[in-house]
Amino acid sequence: MTAAYELTATPRLATKAMLKHDRVREVQLLLLPERVVLLNTSSAAILGLCDGSRTVRQLVEKLEHDFEATDLANDVISFLNDASGRGWVVVT
Amino acid sequence: MSGTPQPYGLLAEVTHRCPLHCVYCSNPLALLERQDELATDDWLRVIDQAAELGVVQVHLSGGEPLVRGDLETLVAECRRLGLYTNLITSGLGLTESRTESLVAAGLNSAQLSIQGDAAESTDLVAASKRFDKKEAAARIIRDAGLPLNMNVVLHRLNLARLNAIIDVCVRWGAERLELANAQYYGWALRNREQLMPGRAQLDDAVGVYRRRKAELAEQMEMLWILPDYYEPYPKPCMGGWAQTALTVAPDGVVYPCPVAAEITTMEFASVREHDLEWIWTRSAAFEAFRGTEWMPDPCRSCVRKELDFGGCRCQAFALTGDAGRTDPVCQHSPDHHLVRDALVRANQDGGAGGQLVHRRPTVSTRGR
Ligand SMILES: C[S@@+](CC[C@H](N)C(=O)[O-])C[C@H]1O[C@@H](n2cnc3c(N)ncnc32)[C@H](O)[C@@H]1O
Ligand code: SF4
Ligand code: SF4
Repeated sequence: MTAAYELTATPRLATKAMLKHDRVREVQLLLLPERVVLLNTSSAAILGLCDGSRTVRQLVEKLEHDFEATDLANDVISFLNDASGRGWVVVT
Repeated sequence: MSGTPQPYGLLAEVTHRCPLHCVYCSNPLALLERQDELATDDWLRVIDQAAELGVVQVHLSGGEPLVRGDLETLVAECRRLGLYTNLITSGLGLTESRTESLVAAGLNSAQLSIQGDAAESTDLVAASKRFDKKEAAARIIRDAGLPLNMNVVLHRLNLARLNAIIDVCVRWGAERLELANAQYYGWALRNREQLMPGRAQLDDAVGVYRRRKAELAEQMEMLWILPDYYEPYPKPCMGGWAQTALTVAPDGVVYPCPVAAEITTMEFASVREHDLEWIWTRSAAFEAFRGTEWMPDPCRSCVRKELDFGGCRCQAFALTGDAGRTDPVCQHSPDHHLVRDALVRANQDGGAGGQLVHRRPTVSTRGR
């Protein structure tokens, strides 16, 4: 369950999880069977890219481009490790 | 929307009909019948209004929700509105084709309940021999690609089997297991003297839970829902009255929690007469215990009042006849002896004894 992420892994949102833009509250939510998690902007952006179509490396490049930032790899990997420990994302 | 909180969850109790007869069922003693139930269009309207109100998650429960043939329609509407759906089921009626059509409609998750680790336990507490159906349901849920969440209600008659119950859930491939110590509402309250465990039995079970939780950490998430009678303070029920979720009963009456129908001194409004927004924000019943203003002492002057909100209003009513009193589970409650006496009886040799009553629609305390 808690495989450490590498740049070559392809993360995907777990089947039970659903990302939602809540238009009533104007926030990003992660919905799970028994929980609703309020996401901050960067978590929502990372999880939004975990669709099984790109590697962590590609995901980082896209984020760095979209947010005009650099050196995001470590932060993204540590977030993904945490998220997979909680069962929010899986590697395919 | 000023100061009123917005609900995240809707518990849609689509029916009280159920093929099982659990002695611990938290449904009310006065069960609603088929002719009392909302029609499909009513439920679709409820779902739309719930989404506007801020609901993001819909739990389909009952009774056994699968007895309604229109679940797929309701799930599809939730999906259209971007709402997460969770089916809470006994597993009876969960065939492969039913599951396929529910998943196709957009079902996100399912929770399966069992009564114990073997057919005899299902038989004893649910008066049914359908344990085989439960095992099949677990497989069907997993084959459909849904995560398998399981729930078992714990009480005097099955606590000693906890280890074996956990084994069953592991064997069936559960991802998450809720060990729900019985809460004493509805039929569980009716059978409380037979269901309440003794202290030693509970301590043993806590030991089993801790050991297995550590052992299975990588495999299955385990959750222990506290037996509140043995706690010094009450549970912070539902995050406080009318704060985070609402329940719509089979007949369309709306409650702040699944067991509030038991509070016979309050008047709750129905979606047949009002829209959900009005009921949530303005109805007297929802306003009655919001926040901390309503609290009597000892809660009013207590440091924990924002932590447990004075406990459960339904439990206060069930035990004292007054929904506005401090939850008798609290050691500071002037009514705490009601809980203490029940515990004394449960800890006598052989427990309190008495006859178990299975949940059945024909038994009614309110002369419906
Ligand atoms: C009332 S049932 C309705 C759905 C379905 N019939 C089932 O049993 O799963 C909803 C959930 O509440 C649990 N439950 C029932 N009575 C309870 C009680 N007295 N205390 C705690 N949980 C209870 C059940 O195990 C089930 O997971
Ligand atoms: S707890 Fe048992 S009796 Fe109650 S609704 Fe669920 S399966 Fe039916
Ligand atoms: S007195 Fe009221 S607020 Fe304080 S712990 Fe007891 S129930 Fe909670």
